[in-house]
Amino acid sequence: MIDLLTSIFVITLRAGTSLTYATVGEIYTERSGILNLGLEGMMLMGAVTSFATSYYTHNLALSLLAAILVGAILAATHAFLTVTMRANQVVSGLSITLFGSGLASFLGERLGPASNNYNLVGMTGSRFSPIVIPGLSQIPVLGAMFEQDILTYALYLLVPLAWFYLYKTRNGLNLRAVGESPQTADAMGIDVVKTRYLYTILGGMLVSLGGAHLSLAYAPGWAENITGGRGWIVIALVIFAMWDPARAPLGAILFGGINAIQFRLQAGGTDIPASYLNMAPYLATILVLIATTWWENLSHRVGAPAALGLAYMREEK
Amino acid sequence: MRIVFEKRESISHWAVVLVPIISFLVSLLFGAILLLASGVDPLVTYQAMAVGTFGSWHSFTETLVKATPLLFTSLGVAIAFRMKFWNIGAEGQLVWGGVAAAWVALFWSKSLPGWTLLPLALLMACVAGAIWAGVPAALKAYLNVDETLTTLMLNYVAILYAKNLYYGPWRDPEGMGFPGSAQFPAAAWLPRITGRVHLGLIIALIFAFLLWFAFNRTRWGFETRIIGENQTAARYLGINIKRNIVIALLISGALSGLAGAGETLGIAHRLQQGLSMGYGYTAIIISWMSQLNPLAIIFVAVLMASLLVGGDQIQIMMGLPASVGVVLQGMILIPMLAGGLFTEYRLRIVRTPKIEEAKA
Amino acid sequence: MNEEQVKVPILEMKGITKRFPGVLANDHAEIELFPGEVLALLGENGAGKSTLMNILIGLYRPDEGEIYVRGERVEIHSPRDAAALGIGMVHQNFKLVPTMTVAENIILGMTELPLVPHLEEVNRRIVEISDHYNLQVDPTAYIWQLSVGEQQRVEILKLIYRGANILILDEPTAVLTPQESRELGKIIKLMVSEGKSTIFITHKMDEVMAFSDWVRVLQHGKVVAVKRTADTNPQELARLMVGREVLFRLEKEDVTPGEVVLELQDVEARNNKGLPALRKISLQIRQGEILGIAGVAGNGQRELAEVVTGLRSVTAGKLLINGQDLTNRPPLEIIKAGVSHIPADRIGMGAVGNMPVADNLAMKGYRNPPFSTGEMLHPRRILEFARRMIDVFRIATPTPQTYIKFLSGGNIQKAILAREIDACEGLLVAVYPSRGLDVGATEAVRKRLLEQRAQGRAVLLISEELDELMTVADKIAVLYEGRIMGIVPSSEADIETLGLMMAGVTPTE
Repeated sequence: MIDLLTSIFVITLRAGTSLTYATVGEIYTERSGILNLGLEGMMLMGAVTSFATSYYTHNLALSLLAAILVGAILAATHAFLTVTMRANQVVSGLSITLFGSGLASFLGERLGPASNNYNLVGMTGSRFSPIVIPGLSQIPVLGAMFEQDILTYALYLLVPLAWFYLYKTRNGLNLRAVGESPQTADAMGIDVVKTRYLYTILGGMLVSLGGAHLSLAYAPGWAENITGGRGWIVIALVIFAMWDPARAPLGAILFGGINAIQFRLQAGGTDIPASYLNMAPYLATILVLIATTWWENLSHRVGAPAALGLAYMREEK
Repeated sequence: MRIVFEKRESISHWAVVLVPIISFLVSLLFGAILLLASGVDPLVTYQAMAVGTFGSWHSFTETLVKATPLLFTSLGVAIAFRMKFWNIGAEGQLVWGGVAAAWVALFWSKSLPGWTLLPLALLMACVAGAIWAGVPAALKAYLNVDETLTTLMLNYVAILYAKNLYYGPWRDPEGMGFPGSAQFPAAAWLPRITGRVHLGLIIALIFAFLLWFAFNRTRWGFETRIIGENQTAARYLGINIKRNIVIALLISGALSGLAGAGETLGIAHRLQQGLSMGYGYTAIIISWMSQLNPLAIIFVAVLMASLLVGGDQIQIMMGLPASVGVVLQGMILIPMLAGGLFTEYRLRIVRTPKIEEAKA
Repeated sequence: MNEEQVKVPILEMKGITKRFPGVLANDHAEIELFPGEVLALLGENGAGKSTLMNILIGLYRPDEGEIYVRGERVEIHSPRDAAALGIGMVHQNFKLVPTMTVAENIILGMTELPLVPHLEEVNRRIVEISDHYNLQVDPTAYIWQLSVGEQQRVEILKLIYRGANILILDEPTAVLTPQESRELGKIIKLMVSEGKSTIFITHKMDEVMAFSDWVRVLQHGKVVAVKRTADTNPQELARLMVGREVLFRLEKEDVTPGEVVLELQDVEARNNKGLPALRKISLQIRQGEILGIAGVAGNGQRELAEVVTGLRSVTAGKLLINGQDLTNRPPLEIIKAGVSHIPADRIGMGAVGNMPVADNLAMKGYRNPPFSTGEMLHPRRILEFARRMIDVFRIATPTPQTYIKFLSGGNIQKAILAREIDACEGLLVAVYPSRGLDVGATEAVRKRLLEQRAQGRAVLLISEELDELMTVADKIAVLYEGRIMGIVPSSEADIETLGLMMAGVTPTE
């Protein structure tokens, strides 16, 4: 029993890693007042570019760098549209997703070797493998935390750091002010435009890293729609986390857990059709959203940054 | 010297027309760069795409075939977007429409007179699509649950459910393992007009004109516009926002449901793989590019359909990925959004004297 | 400081010109400010006072002109540049983040602090400064927990904490009771006696006389007069400010009040945070009667207007209109009962910016003939109606089809007024109807209200201008923390008593 739990927990954490990266990234973006619905597209682009890089160079650091760069470019596009050109943030995010997923599937069919008709599907590159830490990994259930790959281990550091930066540092204070009240931030000498660009791009890099984890570690290789809607689930997870990076892993573990159980059931053979099992994360997302919203209404608490989704401009009369 | 945006004194009508056109050209340009980078001559590719879509009567009818579901879903999306209700679930609503139509066609043919089959199938498709959009609408109106996420998540649920049907209980036992239902009785088929173009196109066109009229000449259209532009004002003016959201979304979903019915009753004549082709997402691009104008949607839908058909053509003829068409579509909204600013602002170059100059 | 010497100005603004599309906000405006002195900027709404100060603070950039601080030519590109020069401003709309604490707001954007600020130390310094200037406030409290007066103290503390020695206060007394305003005067005197300088923006003559050393009068973006306060008087200033000899006395006809139109019985309601906002409110307004509501902003005015118009639900008590119980009925039923509403937030609530002026004018009438029959709208009739309204109410718009957001604030207000007055059939609820308007527009608004009264309508007028209430209203009710402190006939009201009631003191006599 303990062994079963441990093995489910191992998969839970592995599946939750990409979600956690993306959730922390989107929390930072939204804290600056920018809603980025382009996550699905950015994760797909992160996945395809990092995998292609790993396939050709077998250099994992370079693969991650490629994902970071692509995430930054797409996020910068979103920032340009919404901050500089004051476009509607919802539509801009949707367009990033549509563009990113279209381009990712094009690249997936174009970046592969000629021998495979330029297709990347079915190719193998370098991957991140789990590193088992002797001793610690022997702890029942919790030992699962120490049978992970480097990207997961990095999260143990990143999440507390992201929390500390947001709530305890001067920069975090300024970031929160920009998302709550850009007018105030502006009058206090904080550069609203720069802040929004900076954290949208930073968020995009983390989101894209989440995509890279999928194609380099969780399910190594490239497959069309490898994200399976994770980019959208993350947007719900941000709400679930009430925009607090410290709570990001909770949602990720919840959804990672659903993945793991699904995986277990399918592997163990069950009467439930696979399609129904596969619906679980999407239905769970809706339930989580309803529950979170209901709780917010009940407690008169609004977790969202007050200026989320609103363009800011100063010189207008 | 610096460049500032300066507010115009009224909307620029030039920009309203020019921005979508320029955006399309920019997207072609970007696509050209992408094609060049992958070692293909963009001009040859584009020519092949154009010939493949408008080059002959047959290819043009194929474009219209693709335009039909796009038209339905775009009209549906436009209704929702007009109220700033971000329904990105047209895909799932379409799938449900297809499933419901198939249900009538497959299981009611024995107990009902033949002529009732088609109208009933279309009606059920409307109802199914409407429910699939109505649930997120009610969640938004009464519990304030974010609609982008609920509509999108329901897409996956609908697609997986349909897949389960044609792989499982509805699978044709005589289909030789092919995943799909049995063929519908001919009474449930949507009549063809020319080529594979079916009656659905005419219905969609009628709806486009109806919607244009409703948007511009009815109290309902007036109220939905006010809700979309300023919800606080709508409430203050005594407009029932909740009811309006639900009603608009029922119509929005019903239209997407018809798109699905058109695909099953008019094209495939069975429920099978390929019902979900991403039309619901392309609809977002179309309706935004048309600035939610139902008449403009007709033309943009045909244009976007041509990119999809063109993509298929170059895959067949040149071995290029069909996703070229999707990339071009995905690219269009980006310059479109950037250009939106110019309808209300103009660029002005301001010279600021340097301190040194001022002193001298 | 005490020896006689020619003082050097600490701040000079020369030839400042700023254009907005269609508006010349500042036209070669000039400012001189001396250390240890208070300069009053006097002018009506729209005269360009705030724009001029927003240029000084780095929020706007001037099209022409130069700024000198301590004799040095400077360029101020952002509030950060201004802060570095020791210039700070208390804006009319406070620049505070409600979800953050006082201390966090005070250190916001400061670069002088370490990356991880030491909050205990910050708190200690805040307490030190607040003790010295008598600006009591708890540094660990959240802004949303504070009253408007306390928030203003935070704003002033913020400037002092950041070492500002040129303080700009934009209409600071608008949110204060007369007594609190005097308190603020003392704080300004103390700061100035320590060598700081203050620019004080106002449109009230008595404040100029009480607080300032120098006064500059702005009109249409130009400085039209520079006076030593000691050498002038309120009458002269009023004439200079308006540019003509007015200070109107409105003709108020004698109207005999008729039937009761609006009646509130022990009404209670909560605000958006779920806290009690209205407590046991009972009042009546009759036909041909204007009831004025006085009070410092944030004492339940907004909630009162929303309750009467059906936008906010009541937790206890009754709302009767023409004797009909409309408690917690939807806004549409209340509109149909003949209630019109001029909301405080014109652009946010009263108008739909992205729709034509004509449509905005028809937004109350569109449900009925002649604008519609059944579901069908008649755009041509809407247009005809709009042309008439634009003419009657003198709304300046290029065409009836222009989106209303392109109009000036005064013209948007006229359009709302036109729509609401046209639709009014019993009760008119007017919330801050003349806020931000120039003298001419204000006069027009007040005349319209009196017209409604003469025609036998009941008017609920919520205002922050005591003189407006005293000239227009028949009775004045004072709101304090959601309670009515008392209702006095305006003929018997005096500013001092109203002021005390606004501060929560019950009149004992």
